[in-house]
Amino acid sequence: MSQWINACDVDDIEQEDVLRFDHAGRTYAIYRAPDDQFYATAGTCTHEKVHLADGLVMDHIIECPKHNGRFDYRSGKALGAPVCVNLQTYPVKLEGGRVWIALADA
Amino acid sequence: MNTAPIIIVGAGHAGGRAALALREQGYAGQLLLIGDEPHLPYERPALSKQLLLDSQPADACHIGSAEQYQTLAIERLSATRVSAIAPAKRQITLHDGRTLPYHQLLLATGGRARQASLPGADLAGVQLLRTLDDAAALRPRLQAGQRLVVVGGGFIGLEVAASARQQGCQVTVLEAGDRLAARALPPLISAKLLALHRARGVEVRLGCQIAAFRGDGSVSAVELADGELLACDTVVVGIGIQPNTELAAAAGLAVGNGIRVDSRLQSSDAHIYAVGDACEFPCPVSGQPQRLETWRNAEEQGRHVARSLLGADDAYAALPWFWSDQFDHSLQLAGQLQAAANCVTRALPDDGLLLFYLDAAERLQGACGWGADNSIARDIKLAEMLIRSGKPLPAAALADPASSLKSLLKGVASV
Repeated sequence: MSQWINACDVDDIEQEDVLRFDHAGRTYAIYRAPDDQFYATAGTCTHEKVHLADGLVMDHIIECPKHNGRFDYRSGKALGAPVCVNLQTYPVKLEGGRVWIALADA
Repeated sequence: MNTAPIIIVGAGHAGGRAALALREQGYAGQLLLIGDEPHLPYERPALSKQLLLDSQPADACHIGSAEQYQTLAIERLSATRVSAIAPAKRQITLHDGRTLPYHQLLLATGGRARQASLPGADLAGVQLLRTLDDAAALRPRLQAGQRLVVVGGGFIGLEVAASARQQGCQVTVLEAGDRLAARALPPLISAKLLALHRARGVEVRLGCQIAAFRGDGSVSAVELADGELLACDTVVVGIGIQPNTELAAAAGLAVGNGIRVDSRLQSSDAHIYAVGDACEFPCPVSGQPQRLETWRNAEEQGRHVARSLLGADDAYAALPWFWSDQFDHSLQLAGQLQAAANCVTRALPDDGLLLFYLDAAERLQGACGWGADNSIARDIKLAEMLIRSGKPLPAAALADPASSLKSLLKGVASV
């Protein structure tokens, strides 16, 4: 089971950027792609526990702020060493100017 | 037909990465990875931070797992030293006298921590920090209330000082020079480091000369040149590393400040390559020989040399880049600062700082950032891309915190 969590305002994230979102003791990263689609992934890099929201978004790639681990944030796919473990992704919907992400019940 | 293996001497970050990358690149022949430590290859950044703060287990530093090496048919010889190379015969000799033939040899021999040449350096409690075992030996000494003296105000020393202070130790840093991390950092960033450490209760002494370590069996004080005694329980000596080039030199390979290699990372012998902390390679920009002791250099050279070993011709061209985390701050540096004609400063909120180094044609050569957490990571990444673009940049825009580097980059890209 999962539930929709009201995460942020659509305007809180610029195009081609990322926002950190903390909820229930866990951290997530929410992305606004250049084509204005929104995505959400786990908030820390799978290589070391570094917040991805401090990293750089270019097109559909988020690059970890420390080791240059790169992920496609749409699929969570790790794009080569030093990262080899994919990022967990979460469903996103927009409603009433807000960004909602679907998180598994704790 | 080549039946002899590719042998990698040195199972640190660069050696481990090269072994894995050789398989990724499709090399299917025999592959042997020899290291003098008992461990799997590992990354070193956490040794002075997370491992001392107990915020990460040691095995999280590993590059690959034992199963992975086994699955990939990468034979590991650990706790094994190589004592000689015979390039003419294409064979190496192990410490136990065994000889092994190679088709190609990769030297990833790294470096060893320099010990202070001072009386008492062999006392118990005078620690170096280079390996997982060093970190494991240091960790229990950093209990709250313990007194730590750090010799050397470079990155290792400062990161240990910050970790120890966070564990509640009384920490004194002794630096011979007139500022911190002077070899790598611009003065403005050294000043930020100094202010942070002092604000967090680290005693930092600059221009400080040490006479000896004192103690009966184990260290109990550091004696300064003026006779002052600093009582302590532990000393960490962080005064740099010595590249392990002896094996290469004895084999007759060209050695400068490291094992000399060309832009493909090939040594003066066509069957021998070198990577990582031990190698001296041509700077992609200036062509001058340089040796780097960074995570990225180990990572990228390890990957690049796998391709070179398999015949690729392209030059290693990664930009120098490193970071250091101290307390809740970090710094990052990309590119080269030395040859710059002009430095542009951008002040950031919360005492952060970005420095941009431009050449006479206003092209970005290097950038250095300082700030809370990873706040400057994104800008330094963009700076790296701006350096690669090679386009002239307006100094006024670089100095203006309201001007986005990403826009600047896209402007550059669209020119």
